[in-house]
Amino acid sequence: MIHAFSGNAAVAYAMKQINPDVVAVYPITPQTVAMERFADFVADGDVDTELIMADSEHSAMSCCIGASLAGGRVMTSTASAGLALMWEVLFVAASNRCPIIMNVMNRALSAPINIHCDHSDAMGARDSSWIQIHAENVQEAYDNIIQAVRIAEHENVRLPVMTNMDGFTLSHATERMETLEDQQVQKFISEFKAIYPLLDVDNPVTYGPLDLYDYYFEHKRQQVEAMELAYDVIKKVGQEYGKMTGRSFDMLHPFEMEDAEVAVVVLGSTSGTARVAVRAMRQKGIKVGLVKLRVFRPFPKDELREMLKGMKAVAVMDRSDSFGAFGGPVFSEVRSALLGEDVEVVNYIYGLGGRDIRQDQIEQVITDMSTVAKTGKVKSFVTYLGVR
Amino acid sequence: MKEKGWKECLWGGLIVDAGNSVLYKTGDWRSQRPIRDEQKCTDCLQCWIMCPDAAIKVKDGKIVGIDYDYCKGCGICCKVCPFDAIEMKEEGEK
Repeated sequence: MIHAFSGNAAVAYAMKQINPDVVAVYPITPQTVAMERFADFVADGDVDTELIMADSEHSAMSCCIGASLAGGRVMTSTASAGLALMWEVLFVAASNRCPIIMNVMNRALSAPINIHCDHSDAMGARDSSWIQIHAENVQEAYDNIIQAVRIAEHENVRLPVMTNMDGFTLSHATERMETLEDQQVQKFISEFKAIYPLLDVDNPVTYGPLDLYDYYFEHKRQQVEAMELAYDVIKKVGQEYGKMTGRSFDMLHPFEMEDAEVAVVVLGSTSGTARVAVRAMRQKGIKVGLVKLRVFRPFPKDELREMLKGMKAVAVMDRSDSFGAFGGPVFSEVRSALLGEDVEVVNYIYGLGGRDIRQDQIEQVITDMSTVAKTGKVKSFVTYLGVR
Repeated sequence: MKEKGWKECLWGGLIVDAGNSVLYKTGDWRSQRPIRDEQKCTDCLQCWIMCPDAAIKVKDGKIVGIDYDYCKGCGICCKVCPFDAIEMKEEGEK
């Protein structure tokens, strides 16, 4: 079916079609509308979900963990400070291998107070053992949520998945998008299979025991393995979903990379603007390509290296900063993946607190890359794009 | 107990067998060992009542020994004994 949906409406609709057993939430801009809409579905009896209005995001995620361990399919949604307040329990969800699906409407962190988009929230949680997928538009946000169920619940993975989308830019933008039929979604995600559920009273289990120096390290190593196995699962689920919808889903989405000499790496809604900029600069004779990073965790290091080796210069665009580090989080990963390759990798921090990123700014980045390619000289490895 | 590698153990420290704490020999924690003097002991059972780890072994109302697999060496038995029948000795001391 074709709809005109805002990002929030698309999230609520995807959740309605998934019909999870439990949703525990706390409202926060710009995610509130999605949960209001979903609460309507609950009130109208369109879903069988037990909706828990928690007293904070810390509690919301804690409820999700309990419900997940009890043996239910569980979802939630948050943003910004909400995700930050969940930080402690994010690790508990992942370590207990709860396949929780959480949509994050990416928003800047305080202070000063800012409700608009950047990726500081998600990047702050990047080491929590959650799979992280980023959407470019409302359509992808919807598609990612449905795929996330299959990825999280796969027996080789059993990790929570965070589906990210840019706050306001996508959450409050109405776009044309297609949804699947309810039955198609149900068939695709199939019945939830609980593994060692707490409510199976005939087979009692203990979750979260004291785990000191004698076993904690082994359990962390298992999470590393789950992330590695998730790589394949994400690709296969993407292919299967792609066949059903005619849209394609991979770890990385290259654009004009076949003969590219310089490249831009970007994630989230800026990918669309960057694609237009690449097209415009190609007309000016610059052989530039774009790599959209759809999955940030697990980080597709080998595939990215294959795609970017041989480039003369690569610009990595970060919508958050890692204060005191050498560049933003995406830059660190990309540069590290390209270690040993003869490629200049430079960083552009942009769009903090929802500062607009314009086509001409990305064109300037491409011009800079072209100069680096010609001269072999980098003026600055980290540039703050659009700051006064 | 041989410690398992990451490929062999269940995720997240999940415990699926009930009553397994008996496998954990907490006696390993002990730095001081209670030694009971059978001559002085009157089987008053004060130590048996007070021991937080149920490590005083009793049969037919008589103390038959100390369970060193689970005695953590806290010394409560020595403290409460009205007859000074229990002495705490450093582990490793003869």
